[in-house]
Amino acid sequence: MRVDLRLLLILLVVACLALLPVAALLAEEPYWMRFWSRIMILGLAAAGLNLILGFGGLVSFGHAMYVAIGAYTVGALRHHGVEGGLPDILVALGASAGVGLLIGAICLRTSGIFFIMITLAFAQMTYFFFVSLEQYGGDDGMRIASGTQLGPLHLDDTLTLYYSAFLLLCGVIFLTWRLVNARFGMVIRGARSNEQRMAALGIPVFRYRLTAYVISAMICALAGVLLANLTLYISPAYTHWTRSGELLIMVILGGLGTLFGPVIGAIVLLQLEDLLAHITQHWQLFLGPILILVVLFARGGLLGLLAPRQISQRPAEEIDG
Amino acid sequence: MSTTLLLIQTLNGLQFGVMLFLMAAGLTLVFGIMNLVNLAHGSLYMMGAYFAAAATSWTGNPLLGIALAIPAALILGLLVELITLRTLYQRDHLDQVLCTFGLILFFNELARVLWGSAAIPMAIPESFTGFVTIIPGLIYPKWRLAIIVVGLLVALLLYVLITHTRLGMLIRAGASNRAMVGALGVNISLLFTLVFGLGAALAGLAGAMVAPLLSVEPGMGDPILILTFVVIVIGGIGSIRGAFIASLLVGLIDTVGRAFLPALLREAFQTQSANTVGAALASMLIYILMAAVLFFRPRGLFPPKGR
Repeated sequence: MRVDLRLLLILLVVACLALLPVAALLAEEPYWMRFWSRIMILGLAAAGLNLILGFGGLVSFGHAMYVAIGAYTVGALRHHGVEGGLPDILVALGASAGVGLLIGAICLRTSGIFFIMITLAFAQMTYFFFVSLEQYGGDDGMRIASGTQLGPLHLDDTLTLYYSAFLLLCGVIFLTWRLVNARFGMVIRGARSNEQRMAALGIPVFRYRLTAYVISAMICALAGVLLANLTLYISPAYTHWTRSGELLIMVILGGLGTLFGPVIGAIVLLQLEDLLAHITQHWQLFLGPILILVVLFARGGLLGLLAPRQISQRPAEEIDG
Repeated sequence: MSTTLLLIQTLNGLQFGVMLFLMAAGLTLVFGIMNLVNLAHGSLYMMGAYFAAAATSWTGNPLLGIALAIPAALILGLLVELITLRTLYQRDHLDQVLCTFGLILFFNELARVLWGSAAIPMAIPESFTGFVTIIPGLIYPKWRLAIIVVGLLVALLLYVLITHTRLGMLIRAGASNRAMVGALGVNISLLFTLVFGLGAALAGLAGAMVAPLLSVEPGMGDPILILTFVVIVIGGIGSIRGAFIASLLVGLIDTVGRAFLPALLREAFQTQSANTVGAALASMLIYILMAAVLFFRPRGLFPPKGR
């Protein structure tokens, strides 16, 4: 039996993530837990993006918007004196679903590069909208008094947050696995390969894509709620276009359309940033070329490098012309 | 809200518009002909501004500095094309977005290493300082007027180049059907390099000319890049004419909106928050315009024919 390197790596990563707090407590380095919480939260958002980007082939350049919506929900509810955790999560899910439904319905009329640009446009609008919210700090952002509390669970506690992010991430990956292998996922992936053929089969592609878009938005909003708990701070910078770019990078870096790719991508990107930042103040000078090299030479992302040789997963539009 | 103020803001919008056009012309051609999403176009603009500032402090003459910035941006553009972008033409848009995103990080940091994080001031060329009276009662800075004139001249030159020369014919043909132009025996890769160089030089010119008006700092290309994309998407990708009209439209709407929308809302609603809402709405206007254009005409206002 051949050993699948990818499976080994993934099992290793999951095991390490599950045990990291123990190591952090033993080494008395609580910072590790915060740093890795951040990685998992961004990995969660990237996993949400991966649902439409990797499996649906829809390049959204504005998904940081939904992360910001989740974060601002926590900030806004706390600002208006709403305590307790359930409202945070329900409002974040509801708001992102509503916004996602509206914006998705508009954006999905376009395709290809126009989809990239119109999602970017909406993210920019959200950015300026948050800048204009002066009661929530406007341009500078705002501190959040307290985090989300779900019964005995205080999400602003480092350890609780860590395991919440971990379990949520596992849950989302499980959900993605079930989704993409169900009929729903078949349609989404089929539409990536050939939209006309799917439509000719009598499948309302638009409705399926919109559903996937909304689910992906809601996952990102959950990541936003966790992010607000981690930083206890909200700022329009959360929806800056470079944040959306980073999410894209994580998905690509890990491996487009793979279940664990976004997590691997988030780990590698943030670790790389951290590592380079320790070596030199001008770390972006090196991160940029590294990204370029990955795009040019590691097609299929890092998980693709480890995959057994197979037909490359090139986006369908290239094959179908 | 006097007429003079409206006229001045219109001229400001026009100046912003022609500068956007200098950026958009190159980007739309690169995009239309080579099917390349080049996020690094804003970096070429930034480098143009830095080259102008550096050459000015070196020669002591801003005009000479700006003149030197253009070939420098051209050479930089050719280098970038030859080293990284050339391999990306056959890739999908996602790879191109990421690769050029990497270029942005690189150039922003490079600028910080070479020239520091602080903004560099650059003087307006001496013969263009001060104001000029356009009509009695309406005075306008000479340099901004010069930018408008240069921008319109470049637009005219591009029009002649595109419609009346052999190179222009090939560019138009390339925007309509790339594969066919190659099949007819045209050296596509040389054409690509030339077009990219042209775009880089125009972006450098734009950066160099606004350098005295704005602060030259790392990352100054990023906001303008997004606006340029808005312009070419509204205008229709690959169309110079569309880019020209959309540039002026975006420049005018953005400038005039920012100048008058907060005041208009304040008068209409008489509330404290009208000011901030107005400012936010003014920033959003062009994105709303773009979303609306894409909603009704998903390929922009003037898409090239035959695609």
